[in-house]
Amino acid sequence: MSNKRLTFKKRLHILKHRYRGKKMAPAFNAFHTFLFSPDETTHSGSHIRVVDDLKRTMNTVIMALIPVLLFSFFNTGYQHYSAINGFPENFSVMQHFLTWDNFWLGFVLVMPLVIVSYGVGLLIEFIFAVIKGHEVEEGYLVTGMLVPLIVPVDTPLWMLAVAVVFGVVIGKEVFGGTGMNILNPALTIRAFLFFAYPTWMSGDKVWVHGAVERAGTADAISGETILGYLAQNNASEYSYSVSDMFFGFIPGSVGETSAFLILLGGLFLIFSKIASWRIMVSAVAGSLVMGLIFNGIIDLGWIGQGSTFYGLMSFDFWKHLLVGGLAFGIVYMATDPVTGSQTNKGKWIYGFLIGFISVMIRVFNPAYPEGVFLAILLMNVFAPTIDHYVIRGNIRRRMKRLKQATIFPKSTDGKAEELKVETI
Amino acid sequence: MALLSKKDTNLILDPLADNNPITIQVLGICSALAITAELQASVVMAISVLFVLGVGNVVISLLRNIIPTKIRIIVQLIVVATLVIIVDQVLKAFAYELSKTLSVFVGLIITNCIIMGRFEAFALGNGPWKAFLDGIGNALGYGIILIVVGFFRELLGSGTLFGFKVIGDPVAKTGLYATGYENNGFMIIPPAALIVVGIIIWVQRSRNRALIEEN
Repeated sequence: MSNKRLTFKKRLHILKHRYRGKKMAPAFNAFHTFLFSPDETTHSGSHIRVVDDLKRTMNTVIMALIPVLLFSFFNTGYQHYSAINGFPENFSVMQHFLTWDNFWLGFVLVMPLVIVSYGVGLLIEFIFAVIKGHEVEEGYLVTGMLVPLIVPVDTPLWMLAVAVVFGVVIGKEVFGGTGMNILNPALTIRAFLFFAYPTWMSGDKVWVHGAVERAGTADAISGETILGYLAQNNASEYSYSVSDMFFGFIPGSVGETSAFLILLGGLFLIFSKIASWRIMVSAVAGSLVMGLIFNGIIDLGWIGQGSTFYGLMSFDFWKHLLVGGLAFGIVYMATDPVTGSQTNKGKWIYGFLIGFISVMIRVFNPAYPEGVFLAILLMNVFAPTIDHYVIRGNIRRRMKRLKQATIFPKSTDGKAEELKVETI
Repeated sequence: MALLSKKDTNLILDPLADNNPITIQVLGICSALAITAELQASVVMAISVLFVLGVGNVVISLLRNIIPTKIRIIVQLIVVATLVIIVDQVLKAFAYELSKTLSVFVGLIITNCIIMGRFEAFALGNGPWKAFLDGIGNALGYGIILIVVGFFRELLGSGTLFGFKVIGDPVAKTGLYATGYENNGFMIIPPAALIVVGIIIWVQRSRNRALIEEN
């Protein structure tokens, strides 16, 4: 067989065998399994394999994220140019939004974030795989795509790189790699950035490209988010309509703005059975309940217009889902199968509390106009405890049933004999 | 003749590495988290504990045969409280600003588990010279971790060492800051100390695999 005829896959396969048993073996192995499904069959035990392995699961999530990424290119450009030139009078999606200029600016600004995130993250994964001598896990595929979507567009690349190193090493590798982590690595990276470099991760400038450089000059532009306006009780100062919020023509982190595309992505994940609909539904319910409570407090007149919380508390409860990162967090972060609850009942509790606490942090802590990442990280920590008590409750209930059960085994003479199960 | 016998040398050297009070016994974590945001505070804390533990171990060791067992904890507390008050007064007299930064944590040396631990585990059963060496060794083991953590937290968090701007001025944007570098605010807050101590433990255990517990 001539070398030319060999497919890329075959060549990787050959390389893999050449390096078998050597130090670099996991790297080739990883690259091979990373790109292709291996041909090898198991030699013992079960020979049937399901196709939806970890790689396919990850790829499905990536597919659900692609529309959000593409939208973020356009929105980055749109927010930048509109902030400079003024927002268009009669907004039309084709004329003002889906333009080549918008796309190109967004592409140039967002792609470096994606490349740094993947480059640094996969490098760490490879290093750990070689040191520990195991296969590279696909865990970083989704994290690497999530990270650029949840940071402000002007985040310096070196900060992102530092945060990715921290998030992957401390958030995941020290616990034993993919599948063993307690915290969602993407949110660990986000939290690290938030606490390490708060000036680049919050405030009224970082959300629109160029606002930081132009601050203090005659060309200054605002990069304030809707939640930012609300936190300062300046609800009248923004002019975004509900449809702007729903479709995502608002400033914010790179990929979090379009509730519409996130909703589509969420439906896709539910129908492909990758993400848990229980978590999504209960998280939405949790945020609506908390929003309703706040709206109720306003209606009762307990909080006056002068209060610092008035702006966010009087915000219509259902709009909380349209602004900020709540929708994105619920669909792509809270449903992480590793860090979320595993039991069905646990998923309801876990999701509900994520929505509930997110809106609570949003309203009550002016320092964090966005509390979604904190709420999800907090519930990540509690997920095993929730599962523990759900399972204990289940065991106790079945135990009770078993104690009450009466069993009628046939005795040797054919007569039914009553037996009472005492205790186990 | 060597100044210290092999056994005595081990009393000092063991706590520095393979039996470190912070990274191996996981004692004294509270103060390690609280005061290591600045290198200066770490050094002062290390010296204070060195004094309290060194002298305290000798005093307890001298009294060991006359302390009634039932009230030994109270006696130990009195000894350590006396020493801590001396440290506190000296700091207030000669380094007032620093004593304000360290504030309650100097007083809390009394509750530092390392001190009571060494009194209980060593000074009550050994002579004064050995107790002194053990106290010095453990305090140095504690101090070295404090200083390492303080070094990284101050350098990465504030860009200074002992208050000197070693990598440039963050306001005037000189030195490293001219390239766009910024201080890491995460290193200032106490959870960062937990992570830095964790990394030290990680490094130590991967260098000496015998330290890894079986489970």
